[in-house]
Amino acid sequence: MYKYDNYDQAMVDARVAEFRDQINRRIAGEITEDQFKPLRLMNGLYLQLHAYMLRVAIPYGTLDSRQMRMLAHIARKYDRDYGHFTTRQNIQYNWIKLEDCADILEELATVEMHAIQTSGNCIRNISSDQYAGAAADEVTDPRPWAELLRQWSTFHPEFSYLPRKFKIAVIASSEDRAAMRLHDIGLELVRKDGELGARVFVGGGMGRTPMIAPEINPFVKADDLLSYLEACLRVYNRYGRRDNMYKARIKILIHEIGADEYRRQVAEEFAHVKTLGIDPPLAELERISAFFAPPAYDAANAEPDRNDPDFALWLDQNVKPHKQAGYAIVNISLKPIGGIPGDATSAQIDVMADLAEKYSFDELRVTHAQNIVLPYVAKRDLYVVWQALRDAELADANLDLISDIIACPGLDYCSLANARSIPVAQKIATRFADMDRQRDLGELKLKISGCINACGHHHAGHIGILGVDKKGVENYQLTFGGSGAEDVSIGKIIGPGFDEDGVVDAVEKATEVYKALRQGDERFVDTYRRVGLEPFKEAIYG
Amino acid sequence: MKLLTGNDLVSGAVTWWTGNGWSIHVEDAADVGEHGEAILHAEEGARRVNAPYIIDALPTENGPRPAHIKDRIRALGPTVRTDLTLKPADPTAGDWII
Repeated sequence: MYKYDNYDQAMVDARVAEFRDQINRRIAGEITEDQFKPLRLMNGLYLQLHAYMLRVAIPYGTLDSRQMRMLAHIARKYDRDYGHFTTRQNIQYNWIKLEDCADILEELATVEMHAIQTSGNCIRNISSDQYAGAAADEVTDPRPWAELLRQWSTFHPEFSYLPRKFKIAVIASSEDRAAMRLHDIGLELVRKDGELGARVFVGGGMGRTPMIAPEINPFVKADDLLSYLEACLRVYNRYGRRDNMYKARIKILIHEIGADEYRRQVAEEFAHVKTLGIDPPLAELERISAFFAPPAYDAANAEPDRNDPDFALWLDQNVKPHKQAGYAIVNISLKPIGGIPGDATSAQIDVMADLAEKYSFDELRVTHAQNIVLPYVAKRDLYVVWQALRDAELADANLDLISDIIACPGLDYCSLANARSIPVAQKIATRFADMDRQRDLGELKLKISGCINACGHHHAGHIGILGVDKKGVENYQLTFGGSGAEDVSIGKIIGPGFDEDGVVDAVEKATEVYKALRQGDERFVDTYRRVGLEPFKEAIYG
Repeated sequence: MKLLTGNDLVSGAVTWWTGNGWSIHVEDAADVGEHGEAILHAEEGARRVNAPYIIDALPTENGPRPAHIKDRIRALGPTVRTDLTLKPADPTAGDWII
């Protein structure tokens, strides 16, 4: 993992001191809320329905046990004993007091964490593949590049006031586990004739106008990548609309001028930017990459004993192949049946930290699906890890099944939401609680958002649910056919919306149609794509 | 009836204008009638409340009930964490929100 140098630490410490002063001045009445709001947002502090909410950055979803324990400590000392892991691989605390905020950030800074650029119209936390460094299918480890982008984008003076927020994802596998093409910029690291570079996709996103990012450049050499991205951002910063926040994202700019014209302008800008010496020297790349060297693997390749059926079920569903023989990738589901997707108590966070320290070379990942990953677990240790997870109520074997639901906080917490998301997720998970039934349905990605901003990624759900406000009453629209993976697609609305119980019934009917029509190993989304919407509509609307 | 609500500046807690101060309990809320804007500006200026706004509500025998579900959730707490609501022991609290 990357470790702060003196510059990193000094910048974060200075920011804490600065924000402490700003908070004190706000409480003393020296600045108004209108003056304070942009300052607190730059430090990840929102005002939500019930209290202040603090969003803490977890760069590319990677953290160590010391940092994880600090997250538990913050939940225990300053919040209500739990935290919420988000679809941008961050964590949010829902019950923060303004007077505590500087102390929290000061404590976070002691473990190289902060909340900078987790809000505002800037480049947000860089997201990446949760299996980075462990996946057998990656062409390189994307984390050094994600870290380079973190350093480049943090406090970047030219991109602190973009027309709108800006999200970047970096992957290095043909299998997309990070919804890469639904980002403002998506990078897929690839090799061409042995040389490392990136496919660059620009202009994707969800929200009220979902778009899949077109490929703007099929291969940008690694040596040019930072300059190329600088050019991409400059064109956006220059021409992105600032007159209408609903049309301010880069996807709208590219849609309006066309990918070809945007590509031409970026190429023109790149020719200039490349002369500025932005791309780091090889020594700096090597310095960063050294932090991500493979751990000291020492386990022999031995398969675990599958005699315990619950353990075997978990192995089959939540444990994924590793690139290193003798090791496995462990997915910890934060989706217990009837629970709140993405929530974990401080005690559970501590358990996961302990397991990472003992069994995963001190490293954890947060996934955009609101789960946690132990990326380097020796197969010999899988049973003891599972036992500890089971004792902490963290061993649900439902990864990528219908109960592994992404859900935003919705109207239970969020001031932007129009409808509650979590109760719908709970009811669907409970309806499909039977594991045999879930496994029979296979991979089925269900995602729920409580408003059109789509924090719950409903556009990318095989089944998506969007909560809307219909004359003061919660109503839920269903979409089918979305995907955030390499078969990326935007779901389509199937018809009129439902009330809370009605949408659960509709989901169940859709799964019955799928079971009746599926062929071979087809997933729900494959069957939907083959047969179209009509059979589903007929079953749901009659 | 009209209620004035906001968040406490320091704690962030949801608060309701009572007629002569602020309470975290919506049943203490007073009908501000046509005076909401004036109270809002005065209280915001005095830093006794953050992000205040005026809502519609209905009078009930148990006190005012906000007209919109969002404000009822604000008044009581998240429906999915009844242990964290202002009335965790009240089994009817959820019915009040919905």
